[in-house]
Amino acid sequence: MRFKIEARPQPSARMAYLSPLIAVGLTLFTGLILSTLVGTNPLDAFYAFFIAPIDDWYGLGELGVKAAPLMLIAVGLAIGFRANIWNIGAEGQLAVGAICGGGLALWFYESSSVFLLPAMIVAGCIGGMLWSSIPAFLRTRFNTNEILVSLMLNYVAVLILSYLVHDPWRDPSGFNFPESRLFTDAASLPIILDGTRLHAGFIIALLVVALGWVFVRKSFVGYKMQVVGMADSAALYAGFRRKHMVWIGLLAGGGAAGIAGISEVAGPIGQLLPSVSPGYGYAAIIVAFVGRLHPVGILFASLLMSLLYLGGESAQMLLGLPSAVTGVFQGVLLFFLLAADLFINYRIRREPAVSPIVAATAADTEVTP
Amino acid sequence: MTDGAGNPQIVTMRLELRNITKAYPAVIANDDVSLEVLPGEIHAVLGENGAGKSTLMKVIYGVTKADAGKILWNGKAVNIPNPAQARRLGIGMVFQHFSLFETLTVAENIALAVEEEFDLDALSTRIREVSERYGLPLDPRRLVHSLSVGERQRVEIVRCLLQEPQLLIMDEPTSVLTPQAVRKLFETLRRLADEDCSILYISHKLEEIRVLCHKATVMRGGKVTGEADPRQETVASLARMMIGRDLPVCEHPEFDGGGEPLLVIDGLSQKSDDPFGTDLKDIHLSVRSGEIFGIAGISGNGQKELLAALSGELPIDRANIAPITICGVAAGTLRADGRRDLGMAFVPEERLGRGAVPPMSLSDNALLTGHRTGMVRFGLIEDALARVFAERCVEDFDVRCAGVHATARSLSGGNLQKFIVGREILQNPRVLVVAQPTWGVDVGAAAAIRQALIDLRNAGVAIFVVSEELEELFEICDRIAVIADGRLSPVKRSSDTDMEEIGLWMSGMFPGGPAAEDVSHAV
Repeated sequence: MRFKIEARPQPSARMAYLSPLIAVGLTLFTGLILSTLVGTNPLDAFYAFFIAPIDDWYGLGELGVKAAPLMLIAVGLAIGFRANIWNIGAEGQLAVGAICGGGLALWFYESSSVFLLPAMIVAGCIGGMLWSSIPAFLRTRFNTNEILVSLMLNYVAVLILSYLVHDPWRDPSGFNFPESRLFTDAASLPIILDGTRLHAGFIIALLVVALGWVFVRKSFVGYKMQVVGMADSAALYAGFRRKHMVWIGLLAGGGAAGIAGISEVAGPIGQLLPSVSPGYGYAAIIVAFVGRLHPVGILFASLLMSLLYLGGESAQMLLGLPSAVTGVFQGVLLFFLLAADLFINYRIRREPAVSPIVAATAADTEVTP
Repeated sequence: MTDGAGNPQIVTMRLELRNITKAYPAVIANDDVSLEVLPGEIHAVLGENGAGKSTLMKVIYGVTKADAGKILWNGKAVNIPNPAQARRLGIGMVFQHFSLFETLTVAENIALAVEEEFDLDALSTRIREVSERYGLPLDPRRLVHSLSVGERQRVEIVRCLLQEPQLLIMDEPTSVLTPQAVRKLFETLRRLADEDCSILYISHKLEEIRVLCHKATVMRGGKVTGEADPRQETVASLARMMIGRDLPVCEHPEFDGGGEPLLVIDGLSQKSDDPFGTDLKDIHLSVRSGEIFGIAGISGNGQKELLAALSGELPIDRANIAPITICGVAAGTLRADGRRDLGMAFVPEERLGRGAVPPMSLSDNALLTGHRTGMVRFGLIEDALARVFAERCVEDFDVRCAGVHATARSLSGGNLQKFIVGREILQNPRVLVVAQPTWGVDVGAAAAIRQALIDLRNAGVAIFVVSEELEELFEICDRIAVIADGRLSPVKRSSDTDMEEIGLWMSGMFPGGPAAEDVSHAV
């Protein structure tokens, strides 16, 4: 008896949409088993993870605060991913966006101009794009692998940020803590829901999702990128330039991550810190795939991922679970999603061993040709 | 020595298929198919693409498993779970697409298929013996990449013959051969049949079947629709059995010499970047408005490279700009889209993955090249226009599909080909370049595509066709040239030449051709 993975002749379209839900269900199930194993009542764990964080307005606001950067980055990344351009560097692009936008806020510290905030957002976007243009240039000019380049640049960007807040941009009256001065009101995103931390960055994120939807579903450039991702030779045949697609894909991801970076520092954080993201740039990759690389799917997936972040924190507080629990859930979710996706396109078939009767017949014919 | 036809004594059938049924999710490929093959019989399985011939052969050769039905081999029920088992029973198969390693020698390639212990020298001797006995001369030491297509086919056949098969399955074996090579192949097959080896001969070429085969089983839509003695039938009567109606004929008005040259290649030489590709050598040609210009040749002689040079899909080499003029404009530095902007349209050889994006709908695939017809406004796609275009294409070219929302990969090869040809034609090109216009398309639809090309030519379009089917080229082309080893033969009006001459030229024997001196090298 052998098992064989074979391609399905007609992958089910319905399953393509159901697979994220199946993955979420299996993740929950695994979570319940895990919590039982560590001796927690599964119902308590479920409550701590999924209900407690969002049972009031403040909690809902927090959901939006964490979902905003995730959906922003994921929409940007998805544009590249659809064309098989693998930007893994959103974490670094986010940091550079925070540096550029935040730098502007510190430079014009005395200003109270209404143009300061928009200028910071533009600067953040440009910063992210600049950072992602490095892998784009190396890819189109020297055919280097954009996965490796963009990933390695993450560490560079985070170290630059760390250097800046440790030395040149350190708050002069901050007791030598590695952090910048707090941004003024003119340089901060306004709160949009009283009594919460939900800020205007959430609206920017929703706008970008809408823009992403138009780009992916309606624009000809989006169509070209889709063709490049699905069939390279067809793109060549139609005369679509792969190099342009690499640039667009990486710049979209970098720009979105840059906006997310400045939204974080001008929003909930309010200053530059050595670390401005709890791994949003990596989590957004999972969000993009759970959302089927589709802006609407990403909207929901980012809310789910945000809930996982909040649930992890709440589980630490209520149940005393370690902080690694958030990472575990993210990993488990991605694992089940990829597994479910495999079964959309493939199935496992059991292959019976060759029966002895056939072997005997074969032996017969060999003796008597 | 057994002649397959009408031997009254009781003979055990070499192969008997009883009520074979094989269903795929979307289609029943074989529906209750029964078939009997006598020892020493050359048995044709005749049918259009999608009739179920290939599936049936795969069942016999153990590649796929039937859902129901029985296989009797020399009178005994057998189960054939895989090709190795089929070979052990004595069934050999020569596929339409060869499975050879180009960097290995003939003997090494054959050794790969030998299951028991072997000695390469002894094997080489046997290869030589067998190949000479059946009139298939082969040098076991040669590397496969240096062989012509006809010689590669010999390797495949000899590989089967070494197993001393009792049944040889040949899948469309003549599609890559010159008329002369076809005759040689038939001699070999007849000799094999005389030695009591049965042959299952898969083809849609009616004339060949009439000449070669003792018996024909005709399939249509997965079912056996008739059996016949092809020697007693005419091409027309066989065609009627195969497609269920009379073979359509193209209307081809007299060639008036054509108008202005719209596609000109003026001395194209190009090194191939594929180590096993063909270099193009000083190619001159011009295609005029209102003519169909055909390129014949055995595949792998530079057709792919020539088409790539024309289509603009190659990276542009600034040091060696291709001397190509489209509608009077030098196009050597333009990419595929730039050439299309000049009025060129192109139907590539590979449909799925190049001519069409497999997971995209037909409507989205219409956009791939059809976007020039106004489907994009302010950078946004006009979905409705793309849909209307695709619907027109589906209707005009009789594309069988579930609708324009169906994905390209859900279509059969022939139907997708109709869609792509239709998409290119409906863009009203001034120059149309077509590779293998009817490859894999059923007979009825092939005639429709040819007629569409002729109508386009009558409307003043310059059409450039590359095809491996000589009959097709002679049916539609006004002028014909042959490509052999990257060189172009003299151009002839098709009324001034015939298949015999073009066939000879295909093996390189034309004035200035690669084998003009060396006649013995001909395949």
